[in-house]
Amino acid sequence: MDLSAINPVLLIASLMVAATPLLLAAIGELVVEKAGVLNLGVEGMMIVGAISGFAIAVETGSPWLGFLAAAVGGAALSLLFVVLTQVALANQVASGLALTLFGLGLSSLMGQSYVGVKPPRMAELHIPGLSDMPVLGPILFSHDPVLYLGVAIIAAVWAVLKFTRVGLILRAVGENHDAAHALGYKVVRIRIAAIAFGGACAGLGGAYISLIRVPQWTEGMTAGVGWIALALVVFASWKPWRVLLGAYLFGGVTVVQLNLQAAGVAIPVEYLAMSPYLVTILVLVILSADKSSAPAALGRIFHASH
Amino acid sequence: MSQVLLSLNGLTKAYPGVVANDDISFKIGVGEVHALLGENGAGKSTLVKMIYGLVKPDSGTMELRGQSYAPGEPRAARADGIAMVFQHFSLFDALNVAENIALGMENPPPMRDLAARIREVSETYGLPLDPFRTVGDLSAGERQRVEIIRCLLQDPKLLIMDEPTSVLTPQEVQILFKTLEKLRGEGTSILYISHKLEEIRTLCDTATILRLGKVVGTCTPRETTARDMAELMVGSALKTPERAGRALGEVALDISGLSAPSPSAFGTALKNVHLTVQQGEIVGIGGVAGNGQEELLGVLSGEILTEAGAVKLLGEPIGRMGPAARRALGLLTAPEERLGHAAAPDMSLTENALLTGAVRENLVSNGFLKWGAAREFAERIIEAFDVRTPGPENAARSLSGGNLQKFVIGREVLQGPKVLVVNQPTWGVDAAAAAAIRQALLDLAAEGTAVVCISQDLDELMEIADRFAALNEGRLSTPRSTTGLTVEEIGLMMGGAHGMEVAHV
Repeated sequence: MDLSAINPVLLIASLMVAATPLLLAAIGELVVEKAGVLNLGVEGMMIVGAISGFAIAVETGSPWLGFLAAAVGGAALSLLFVVLTQVALANQVASGLALTLFGLGLSSLMGQSYVGVKPPRMAELHIPGLSDMPVLGPILFSHDPVLYLGVAIIAAVWAVLKFTRVGLILRAVGENHDAAHALGYKVVRIRIAAIAFGGACAGLGGAYISLIRVPQWTEGMTAGVGWIALALVVFASWKPWRVLLGAYLFGGVTVVQLNLQAAGVAIPVEYLAMSPYLVTILVLVILSADKSSAPAALGRIFHASH
Repeated sequence: MSQVLLSLNGLTKAYPGVVANDDISFKIGVGEVHALLGENGAGKSTLVKMIYGLVKPDSGTMELRGQSYAPGEPRAARADGIAMVFQHFSLFDALNVAENIALGMENPPPMRDLAARIREVSETYGLPLDPFRTVGDLSAGERQRVEIIRCLLQDPKLLIMDEPTSVLTPQEVQILFKTLEKLRGEGTSILYISHKLEEIRTLCDTATILRLGKVVGTCTPRETTARDMAELMVGSALKTPERAGRALGEVALDISGLSAPSPSAFGTALKNVHLTVQQGEIVGIGGVAGNGQEELLGVLSGEILTEAGAVKLLGEPIGRMGPAARRALGLLTAPEERLGHAAAPDMSLTENALLTGAVRENLVSNGFLKWGAAREFAERIIEAFDVRTPGPENAARSLSGGNLQKFVIGREVLQGPKVLVVNQPTWGVDAAAAAAIRQALLDLAAEGTAVVCISQDLDELMEIADRFAALNEGRLSTPRSTTGLTVEEIGLMMGGAHGMEVAHV
């Protein structure tokens, strides 16, 4: 066992990479839930995004087009959820579960010819001066652009929900869809937009795993991150910055346990592997103990009755 | 009427199976307070939804200030100076006052300016309000202020108010009326929907009465008696429940020093409640909704357990017993929420009859259901209470509110309770059915049952109750005989204006 082999700077840098898929998926789901919709299909949308992004990146040679395709793929799958829950008024829980199962199956089918292929790499950002700084450089300024995009989306969602009219209307729809309807807001249209945004974010999160974090394609490679994203939204009390905190915590414990495994710590691998899930949920449960602020119309079916 | 603001000409709207509005025509003048009067289901809400652009008429036209007016959506109606204060569903609990108001405006100013304007308008009209308070924490009267101010900020020409006083104490009603008088003075027209006749007589200039989707009369409320208006509304002579002189027996229900926390986060805990009810007596419990009514029903039905001695039935402590045990002893309850609490919506009437009648009506033997007997019991309820349904195999959900209410009350009354507790027995029920339910409660008391009637309808309580007490923030006032009790006294028992400032206008 050699703990000195663990480099703290690299550890923190890789923590941010490990956290990004979760962060992207969770912030998308946060917007969906703020609009009053519970989409349990995050895992399915992530894996479909992962393979769509991977396939397009390999075919075109451009990771950027790959990420674009991942967002489109995730959003397209979420439209299936839209048809089920917003048009056919089906139960959201059952539809979301079906979406995940469907997404897992669809992605295996799409990915058959991509197993073992290497995707094109996305260049890391290099800002002269900043990136060369000791310690801070590698931690903050030497990542791929999508990681920064993830943090930017968190900031943008926070600002939009807090300061803009669009955000206010979105929260209103999630709080009381009957009242929003009576005031003349298009409840279903707003929810469709939110669901598609959630799908696109989940797709990006999935592609981040297949194009940057791993990078290769294997079946079921999202490995439950979509489920953690769902839990994260709840335990983060629907607050964007807490989502970031929770995602980094999860990423941190993941990276630490991987390092510990590599260093040969005498704890069974299974315990180490489950630790990120346990620690993240435990910390967030304690954080969210103050009060629950779930959108009041979450998961309820809206039907304009006149 | 000097000038016509809005005129409706032959508005018709049909839904599958029912004509909600049939050829409705009337005019609202500038600065007029116009009452729209009718039973539940008379078509009042469909009509105002058409004026507010939520529903499109099948035929007929509207004219606003002589111009053709056909709003496609509420936005268009608001742009034309029409504003509406809803009875339900239009505030967002988790948002603050300013955010709620911004949602109802087309082009809201930045939050800080909006907050300043809210303060200004609310003080001009004697409705003080803090823009940054969360709406979920406000009282019913304050919530209504939010809605009214939301409308006033848009400088409306016509203000539609849908049963605005149903959640207010008499003192709060006074404040509201002063505000409305001031608005009328400024030339704003008001379309006032209600079925409270005395209010309409005090406030309104003209009344249009609807029945089954048709206009059945127009009158000047100040010159018409409440009884005449009621008969126009119902379409037949109204039968007032008869109160026979009753001999009171021994104490049937004895609540002493009862305190209980509320099971729900926004509920009200009961604090040191004392009440005794004698056999043959009806005690009416008033108060604004959300002051502990549901909790009181809960501790009596056995859904909330208390100390054993806090609730006694005929001298026997029952505070630790669950609902089934209490039913067996003769304490029956009928909660307020018809669908989901009093009845299981998707189960048939027979099954619903079984659910509470199993023990007392002997509908179960050795764990097996006696379907024949249950069906017969359901049929008896349908027969005795004139429940309009094709038969007991229909789902509870398929009944109209009033019919289901008759079924739910009838189910308990027919089980011959020793003590019956009902919450809002005639809520959302038409006048004829309400009279039938009240008569059934009076008849039950005449046979020696002790009845506790929790209601927000003060007229109802004055009509049937022997004694009256009010719930205010979980405390029960000392019960007083209803004979000679004045509206002011009742208002004070209900907590006065709930700390709301009186309008200075």
